[in-house]
Amino acid sequence: MADKTPILRIENMTKRYGDKEVLKDASLSINKGELKVLIGPSGGGKSTFLQCINFLVKPDRGRLWLDGREIIRARKKEIYGYRQKVGMIFQDFNLFDHLTALRNVRIALVRVKGMNKDEAQDRAIRELDRVGLKSYMHQYPAELSGGQKQRVSIARALAMDPEIMLLDEPTSALDPELISEVLDVIRDVRSDGMTMIMSTHQIGFASEMADEFVFLEDGFIVETGPPEKILYKAQYARTREFCSKITELYGNSF
Amino acid sequence: MEELFFLQPEVVSALVKGFCVSVKLIVPSAIFGFIIGIIVGALMIYGNAFTKKIVDGYVLIFRGFPLVVQLFIWYFGLPYIGIYLSPFVAAVLGFSLCSGAYQSEYVRGAFLSVKTGQTMAAQALGFSKIKMVFFITLPQAFRRALPGCGNEIIYLIKYSSLAYMITCIELTGEGKIIASDSFRYTETFMVIGAIYLLMTSVTAWLLHRLEYRLQLPGFEQYS
Repeated sequence: MADKTPILRIENMTKRYGDKEVLKDASLSINKGELKVLIGPSGGGKSTFLQCINFLVKPDRGRLWLDGREIIRARKKEIYGYRQKVGMIFQDFNLFDHLTALRNVRIALVRVKGMNKDEAQDRAIRELDRVGLKSYMHQYPAELSGGQKQRVSIARALAMDPEIMLLDEPTSALDPELISEVLDVIRDVRSDGMTMIMSTHQIGFASEMADEFVFLEDGFIVETGPPEKILYKAQYARTREFCSKITELYGNSF
Repeated sequence: MEELFFLQPEVVSALVKGFCVSVKLIVPSAIFGFIIGIIVGALMIYGNAFTKKIVDGYVLIFRGFPLVVQLFIWYFGLPYIGIYLSPFVAAVLGFSLCSGAYQSEYVRGAFLSVKTGQTMAAQALGFSKIKMVFFITLPQAFRRALPGCGNEIIYLIKYSSLAYMITCIELTGEGKIIASDSFRYTETFMVIGAIYLLMTSVTAWLLHRLEYRLQLPGFEQYS
């Protein structure tokens, strides 16, 4: 599935809040169709890293290339265009509270991409259908369950035709019973060949799907490798310690 | 019977005339004030350092000076630099700018109540700042600002009575003329007060209707 063109390349990304460096020289390169999973303790920099990748948080240092073209942060228009190609899924969904599910998916198509309303409407309905929520399209976020909200937010991101998706703990805010409906959708999107970077504690799901695990701690990429290696034959003691705890907690997938 | 004599036709027509002037003052002032409030409130939150300084200065001055003084400046002060405003225009200008300064703080509070996740999601989809404010945060903030902004409009209805100080004879001004002609201060101002009460009651009812119309799941008004 994965061919060898690096679709996104990040070099030496650094972010500091005051004196604390929350991300230290993080570099990462991902090929088309790959899924990389960020694991590591909370506060380890996973969210910051993902948010730096689409400049929701402004990194202090670091360079970034999409499709071999460097994205220059100072050029606002370029950032707006770049973000359209990078879908983002948040831990707490962040659906627009004043819009129905349908209009949540449609609004960026009309207001950002400049698509005409009918075309955007058709597209939005198709995406909602894809995540199994066509019949909920006139509901407001307040009327949807957590799992449904997250599926709408995935539809919203997919409607933009992103080249890559960033998923920031997409199931962490969900009840155990709702997690699987979201994971099913992610699995579906993945099998259509979407390139993704995801942070998660769903280690079983991640190791089944991921091409590579990236272990982050204290803002530092400690170790990178295929899931089996990171989980069972990690090079560093700290990685081993974290992985043994997390497999104990969330189940063994192999 | 003598008391009914008080309601002679000239008195009624003077009150009606004053009432109409008041309405003509209040409606545009409320609209301009609200628009200024939204723009200034948005700039307070989303503006750059330079625009923030400007709007902060605006609010400081227009909330800080007594309204009567502001009206005097517009009407009696501007002619010194060659600008002559009619009493009506000076009053609407003064009310709009003062009302806008107060409105902006309600709007600012409402913008602050919009969760940061909303703006993050909009930015992640490629919204520019202006589009984000216009399509995402303003529609939410608007709903939350309404109770406060309505309060300011009610207040505006009453401080519109200051217009007679710059010779724009509205309801209170007419009342004052009637009262000093007839020496019936108590009766006249009771009637005037009742008319203001009627105006504020109708406005409050309309604002409640508007809040109700704009109600969405997740944005309920508890009233």
